Amino acid sequence: MIFFWTDTLFFILLLMLAATIIRTRRKEHLRRPWRKVARSKSAMVSLTVLVFYFGFAILDSVHFHPSEGQSGAGKFKTEAMSLLDWWASPLRQRAEKTYSAPFATVAFAREAIRDANGVSHWAYPRLQYGGIHLADPENEKTRDILQTGLKGLLHGFLAWLVLAVLLVSLRARSAHIPIIQCGVEITQGRTEIPWRAIFITLLLMLLISFGLGELSLKYHVFGTDKVGEDVFFQSLKSIRTGLLIGTLTTFITLPLALVLGIMAGYFRGWVDDIIQYLYTTLNSIPGVLLIAASMLLMQAYMARHEDEFASLALRADFRLLFLCMILGLTSWTGLCRLLRAETLKLREMEYVQAAHALGVRQGNILLHHILPNVFHLVLISVALDFSSLVLAEAVLSYVNIGVDPTTESWGNMINSARLEMAREPVVWWSLSAAFVFMFALVLAANLFADAVRDAFDPRRVE
Amino acid sequence: MIQYLIRRILYAVPLLVGVNIITFVLFFVVNSPDDMARMHLGQKRVTTESIAKWKHERGYDLPMFKNDKVEGLNQFTETIFYQKSVGLFLFRFGRADNGEDIGADISQRMWPSLAIAAPSLIVGLLVHISLALMLVFFRMTYLEFWGVALCVALMSISSLFYIIGGQFLMGKLLQLTPISGYDLGLNALKFLALPVIISVIAGIGSGVRWYRTLFLEEVEKDYVRTARAKGLSETAVLFTHVLKNAMIPILTGVVVILPMLFIGSLITESFFSIPGLGSYTIDAINKQDFAIVRAMVFLGSALYIFGLLLTDISYTLVDPRVRLN
Repeated sequence: MIFFWTDTLFFILLLMLAATIIRTRRKEHLRRPWRKVARSKSAMVSLTVLVFYFGFAILDSVHFHPSEGQSGAGKFKTEAMSLLDWWASPLRQRAEKTYSAPFATVAFAREAIRDANGVSHWAYPRLQYGGIHLADPENEKTRDILQTGLKGLLHGFLAWLVLAVLLVSLRARSAHIPIIQCGVEITQGRTEIPWRAIFITLLLMLLISFGLGELSLKYHVFGTDKVGEDVFFQSLKSIRTGLLIGTLTTFITLPLALVLGIMAGYFRGWVDDIIQYLYTTLNSIPGVLLIAASMLLMQAYMARHEDEFASLALRADFRLLFLCMILGLTSWTGLCRLLRAETLKLREMEYVQAAHALGVRQGNILLHHILPNVFHLVLISVALDFSSLVLAEAVLSYVNIGVDPTTESWGNMINSARLEMAREPVVWWSLSAAFVFMFALVLAANLFADAVRDAFDPRRVE
Repeated sequence: MIQYLIRRILYAVPLLVGVNIITFVLFFVVNSPDDMARMHLGQKRVTTESIAKWKHERGYDLPMFKNDKVEGLNQFTETIFYQKSVGLFLFRFGRADNGEDIGADISQRMWPSLAIAAPSLIVGLLVHISLALMLVFFRMTYLEFWGVALCVALMSISSLFYIIGGQFLMGKLLQLTPISGYDLGLNALKFLALPVIISVIAGIGSGVRWYRTLFLEEVEKDYVRTARAKGLSETAVLFTHVLKNAMIPILTGVVVILPMLFIGSLITESFFSIPGLGSYTIDAINKQDFAIVRAMVFLGSALYIFGLLLTDISYTLVDPRVRLN
């Protein structure tokens, strides 16, 4: 096992999330707004989708050095590999020469091919891997795709069935009702949490992933890119990049915004003046420009300390981490301002005054009386920021100030698609794959964030 | 009023100083001019003489804060801090790393940026506000539900897809407009149409949702109930009363970004190859031209601070409840 910086931080973040969930479950007043989120259909459906994405990101964050037998192609021998790489080895290793369309059995461009008689003519050569098992692609392909696809769907359905029975029995157990009754309640949609919608989403996600998974063993379901890499595999790898950008940023934003915001609001006076000055100044530098400047400087720094970033993966990882930090530095100001205003209000409340009068120490007041009561703002802002950060990654990568060009990311896929769209005939699959994966993630994140905001914002009582 | 204005302007000065110090630290302290020279001349096989020459040509060979070699006031003016940073306050941007005059480039390139950004803003405002008003008019119906759902979906699409998709559809398939480029005078119109349309469409999701919440907040206020109780029709209530009162947050939101229109959009300009300040910055980033990026950071911040100033002033003009004290 090896831990890159981003891996470690990502797992720390997940642990912190788990700790928060456990803490929340014990306290009734903290559970109440979450119950409202759980009752919302759109929120639970998006949560299911998000869990899927996080699953892939976690798989892709467990890195190890492959032993000789598994490593396969020579170029991966020294590089670290993630569980996802290992799991999707068939996808990773079957690289074509260059572009090929989704489900193609022949290459995208014509080449001079020498036939048995030694006469060369222009034709589309067969792909090295895509649909290689077919003897006569033209006639067999459609049937084979349908067959394989159906097999995948069937597997997906079976997996769903197992999962569904498991979940239903777990629920029946905790609610102390017979399994059959629980199943009937769910199918009729009479449960408090919209289980029916969750199960339908699960079914859809499993069908899609199993169907695509089965097909991708024989074909390139989303085609291949310029150097012949499978686009489906690239899109899967990009999930980690997108999610890391969306989540690791909180490591910078939360401490800065919480500490400074609460201090400014509580102590007022010159502390407030300094903190306000600090965030207004930072805020007045346009975000993209600050990020651009910082990335330029980071490149200079990496060039100076070349020996510290020996491997390509380490370099890419550092750049990703740095990008998260910079995005965090540019985005804490909004939350800080909100927290300051809220604290200003809270410190005049009777219960804070009472705590003060009873001689509670200032640190304790901040920690036990102010912090828990501004935490809903933090939650809302983290949820709302997530999707915009994922979108920002794509834009920044396009401007060459995003993640490393060797890191798989949707931004890099879109970036390369720009030239592909100008080709004749058009190479559309890279762009479409990035679009589908990104859209699903961002839409789910947006819907979930809306539900969280509706549940936690006290101004939005029903 | 004048007293208030002076106070606001004075308040902007420390902000500018702060921005200046941040950019100075970022560009000269975190990385020394030696690093910059090395990045330009290549990392390896670079002699100290060539670095010294590169630095001398661009004026980076001076001491940071205090020059002991000269006498009097020059001790402080003949330094990197004075030459490179203080000049920014007077909008003296100096020369780019390749020797071109940044100030001249900026004054020339801000007009194409404005030509894209201003129509995008105006058309966008009109379209987004009318759509938002429509959603509010049809509130509590299926139309509103699906309208908002559509907005969320549109919000979830990266702006890059709008641009690439728009260029592909309008420029390549339908051949209505040129895909990219720019021209002077009236000829620019045909190049401007596509970027403006795309930026308006790309903003629909977030724009309409934002204005809708503004209107919904107004709709629940007492004066609206009074207007309805007087027997005014729903259209009259929305378009005369609600729209007028919601104009205050809308206008002040717009005023902040007015000065920033000159800066332009990095993405749009580079996709449509418009010779504005946005593509200027992108080129500078790709060429690793520190001088230009530094100038643009300062300019952007200065314009933003100017926008804040304008907002404060516009509040006092639009909203009679705001008192100057």
